[in-house]
Amino acid sequence: MLTAPQLSYSLLAPILIVLGGALLGVLVEAVMKKGSRAAIQTAIAIGTLVLSFAYLIKIHAQTSKTAAVSSVSIDGVGIFIQGTILLLSLIAILYIADTDNFAAQASAVPGSEEERTAVLAGKQQTEVFPLTLFAISGMLLFPIASDLITLFVALEVLSLPLYLLAGLSRRRRLLSQEAALKYFLLGAFSSAFFLFGAAFLYGYSGSVTLDGIATAISINSGNDVFLLIGIVFLSVGLLFKIGAVPFHSWTPDVYQGAPTPITGFMAACTKIAAMGATLRIFYVGFGQAEWQWKPIILTIAILTMVVGGVAAIAQRDVKRMLAFSSIAHAGFLLAAVLALNTDGLKGALFYLATYGFTTLGAFGVITLVRDSSGEVTDLNRWVGLGKKSPLVASVFTLFLLSFAGIPLTSGFIAKFSLFTGAYETGNTVIVVVGVLTSAITAFFYLRVVVMLFFTDPKSDSVSVVIPSIMTRAAIAICAIVTIVLGVAPSLLLNTAQTFATFIR
Amino acid sequence: MTTSTHLVYLIALPLVSSAILLLLGRIADKWGHIVATLVSASTFAIAAIEFFQMRSRSGDARAATQNLFTWISVGSFDVHASLLLDQLSICFVLLITGVGTLIHIYSIAYMSHDHDRRRFFAYLNLFVAAMLLLVLGDSYLNLYVGWEGVGLASYLLIGFWNQKPTYAVAAKKAFVANRVGDIGLSLAIMIAFAQFGSVSFTGVEAGVPHASTGALTALGAMLLLAAAGKSAQFPLQSWLGDAMAGPTPVSALIHAATMVTAGVYLITRSHFVFDASPTAQTMVLIVGGITLLFGALVGTAKDDIKKALAASTMSQIGYMILATGLGPVGYAFAIMHLLTHGFFKAGMFLGAGSVMHGMNDEVNMRRYGAIGKVMPITAVTFGLGYLAIIGVPPFAGFYSKDKIIETAFNAGGTKGILVGGAALLGAAITAFYMTRVIVLTFTGTKRWDDEAHPHESPSLMWIPMVVLAVGSVASGFLFNSGHALVNWLAPVVNAAGEHDAKEFLPPLTISLMALGVVSVGVAIAILKYRSNVAVEAPEDVSILTKIVRRDLLQDDFNDRVLVRPGQALTKFFVAMDNTFIDGIVRGVGGVIAVSSTNLRKIQNGYVRSYALIMVIGVLALIATIWMVTL
Repeated sequence: MLTAPQLSYSLLAPILIVLGGALLGVLVEAVMKKGSRAAIQTAIAIGTLVLSFAYLIKIHAQTSKTAAVSSVSIDGVGIFIQGTILLLSLIAILYIADTDNFAAQASAVPGSEEERTAVLAGKQQTEVFPLTLFAISGMLLFPIASDLITLFVALEVLSLPLYLLAGLSRRRRLLSQEAALKYFLLGAFSSAFFLFGAAFLYGYSGSVTLDGIATAISINSGNDVFLLIGIVFLSVGLLFKIGAVPFHSWTPDVYQGAPTPITGFMAACTKIAAMGATLRIFYVGFGQAEWQWKPIILTIAILTMVVGGVAAIAQRDVKRMLAFSSIAHAGFLLAAVLALNTDGLKGALFYLATYGFTTLGAFGVITLVRDSSGEVTDLNRWVGLGKKSPLVASVFTLFLLSFAGIPLTSGFIAKFSLFTGAYETGNTVIVVVGVLTSAITAFFYLRVVVMLFFTDPKSDSVSVVIPSIMTRAAIAICAIVTIVLGVAPSLLLNTAQTFATFIR
Repeated sequence: MTTSTHLVYLIALPLVSSAILLLLGRIADKWGHIVATLVSASTFAIAAIEFFQMRSRSGDARAATQNLFTWISVGSFDVHASLLLDQLSICFVLLITGVGTLIHIYSIAYMSHDHDRRRFFAYLNLFVAAMLLLVLGDSYLNLYVGWEGVGLASYLLIGFWNQKPTYAVAAKKAFVANRVGDIGLSLAIMIAFAQFGSVSFTGVEAGVPHASTGALTALGAMLLLAAAGKSAQFPLQSWLGDAMAGPTPVSALIHAATMVTAGVYLITRSHFVFDASPTAQTMVLIVGGITLLFGALVGTAKDDIKKALAASTMSQIGYMILATGLGPVGYAFAIMHLLTHGFFKAGMFLGAGSVMHGMNDEVNMRRYGAIGKVMPITAVTFGLGYLAIIGVPPFAGFYSKDKIIETAFNAGGTKGILVGGAALLGAAITAFYMTRVIVLTFTGTKRWDDEAHPHESPSLMWIPMVVLAVGSVASGFLFNSGHALVNWLAPVVNAAGEHDAKEFLPPLTISLMALGVVSVGVAIAILKYRSNVAVEAPEDVSILTKIVRRDLLQDDFNDRVLVRPGQALTKFFVAMDNTFIDGIVRGVGGVIAVSSTNLRKIQNGYVRSYALIMVIGVLALIATIWMVTL
């Protein structure tokens, strides 16, 4: 007789709560009066995330457990990453709540008669909230999934809503829709690789769990060719999501085309979730085969840092520049995969959290700089912004300095602790390249600072809109976190230290 | 050690208040000064409570600590942001908050006509917070934060009226001179870290017995350099006179009573370094001795009342530094002189401010004269401070300065005679120039023109002066009765309970000698300036007088020896930078920019080429892994 599997609902509750919130959002979309939808959706999304986070705190001490028949592992890293994703999603929701950025109807041309009729008729749709919540639920599952099937399901759950979200931009609809299509096609392509890799690994080990693969590697039982191809193919799926070279090509186009709040959400949360999964797979699953995969991860890490850093220099669009900068950061983060020790893990966790806040803050500022036709992302038109809106320019500068890793911002401590971890296990090459690329990236961040403050403004009509209270709060939180974690990093470093453990 | 949870409020209150006043802007104009003053008063109240609690505890339990958070934790190197309130720091805390509060009150009236009064009070609170952090930090690194903080506050306040370019230049000069000292402190911290692996006071103290003499001497020398910068000691003394550009309450608080004494605090706090390195200690003695004479001499030729007082400050701090150079016995006397000096010098500065307030901001003493009649309270309080500084018993300065002269002679041998002689000579010159100030300002004939209408200052100004005058009268006696202060500080600075080896001369003889030279100084000054004071400074004076008037050529020296060669060196480096280094950088930058543009071409927007790149990537990865594993 079949026995029903034990699911340990309490450990899965953070994910289930978010899924429940998303379903509730769908219902609201279907039955509520149009005028009140946006407010209700915002409230549901925020409430869901807060509730989920509260539940996460409740279970955070019960780490080192598996749930759902060992297909997910609730351990330190998993909890930390989930918590980070939830907090960052909260901030992203605050941006998203500023619905001005989203198309009233995905098919309407901005400013057109159709759109105006749609708004007047109350046909403005708010499906962006449930979509975001669905994506978040996938992101919460991805970093704790401990078998390949669950990993794939999580990957798809987080990806599919993102493809749609990328196409929702209210302005420059064509660019946005093109971005969505590209993201979808390439995402599907990489998913195929991922699935193919999973098949090879099953062929190698006869198991789909990370634990089973690790055991197979340690007793060296299977066909090495299957293992190697499996590792490479599986990595492609993950590296695609974190935006590592040469699987990064989608990043600049999609970051540019997607609505800016969604770009921020993707840049922060997707990268964190994917990085969490990558760390788990390589630490838990492939840890024993490090001599096989280290050369390729090293190559990719170096390529990613260099290409991200160098390509960012030639960018004239602030969103594209940040896209390449996020690619470079993905390269830095891969150093933690190479480190394979607790210090590297601690550094990665700290890095992910600080990078997330800084990224969201930076994209938040981008939503504020506009002209009559919407956001202005052309860097040449940002010139002299420091004279027009010193506060906004200063906050943006703060985020850029943190990206560049200047001391007294969180970015410095993050890079420092990450590279320390990698150096300890003898990965000198990556540390040297990392520091050198940091210098290159500092160049283009500082170039923007110079443009903002030391060049006279041109007389065209870029203006900084007064943000809604929610956007204001979100940017302020990001700025405060960036400074506080730069001045007193131990507040989070100690937490990261205690959470830097995987179970098998 | 006792743990406390209240110490942080000492720093947090003024810091928050300062931030509020600065951030709120004009909204706070109406009530900003009141908030700032109340905050300062409440820090004094906290300090007083802490003091009485500390007295009620005994022995080792007197020192209190508070750990705020772990500031830096890298490997085995931990720096905690912790505060330490022990017998030494409480002296400073009481002085800073007490005198600070009086000066806040005084400034309400003094700055009442300034439309930027709120900003002034915000800076004052910032200063109080930074200075308290300086004396409360339990490690050199924490101290350094406060050290830089007071430097910033001092810079902002000296240049408070920066619409006058000369004032802005003065602020910059102070800033640069302080930077030199700060480099000393940062090097000292690095030496301490390299030698002892710790930058906390206890960590360094524990490591001292195992360190080499060379390292200790280097550490001591760097600490001394830091002290010289902050405390305007030779050879970094030149900024203090110019710092008088700041509003007078600032001169009283920062450039007389508190910040400039930070060097004395630093050396006293680091007594374990200097006690273990005789060479460093001798350097301290030399610096103190030179400065006390240097300052006193400069003071004799100043016609600007504030600059005369500034020179005197420099000289009196010279006394303190000299005392710290005398070893375990000297520290307590250095602190005693520091505290009494805090009273009488702050009092005299406020008096000078009061005179300026009544005289349309005239600072030239040659245009004063007979002000005692119109400003009786100012004259009396200033006079009491005067009696204290020249060391007439039973006023405060007598006790503290006499002890320093005595201990200096007791140092023994040629050294004792040299430093004792310098201290004695300094006392005579002090008597001369201070009498000169008194005579020129308050007595004699009226030399101001009819446009000035000197009048007694409002009560908000004279009440603080009276309080400080009471301190100038009584504090020395209080500190000295039953060796109260010496015993109080002994656990921190003189745990071994050392005494003078032997008395060079009986204390009474030394006191009489000091009184003798002081009366000579006073007599000369009275005879010289009793009458016939020219309103313009005479030009036909000896070359010696001219040199003294030019501050003993300190600025000329700095200009010739440091500034001009420095500028030449800078020009050379700029040329090097432009041609050579920039050449390389531009070359590298060019290469990167070109590759960047090329990379952009790959990013062509076609999904098919993106997918192709991915496939190529996958194939390359498999090829790599194949090659590595085969």
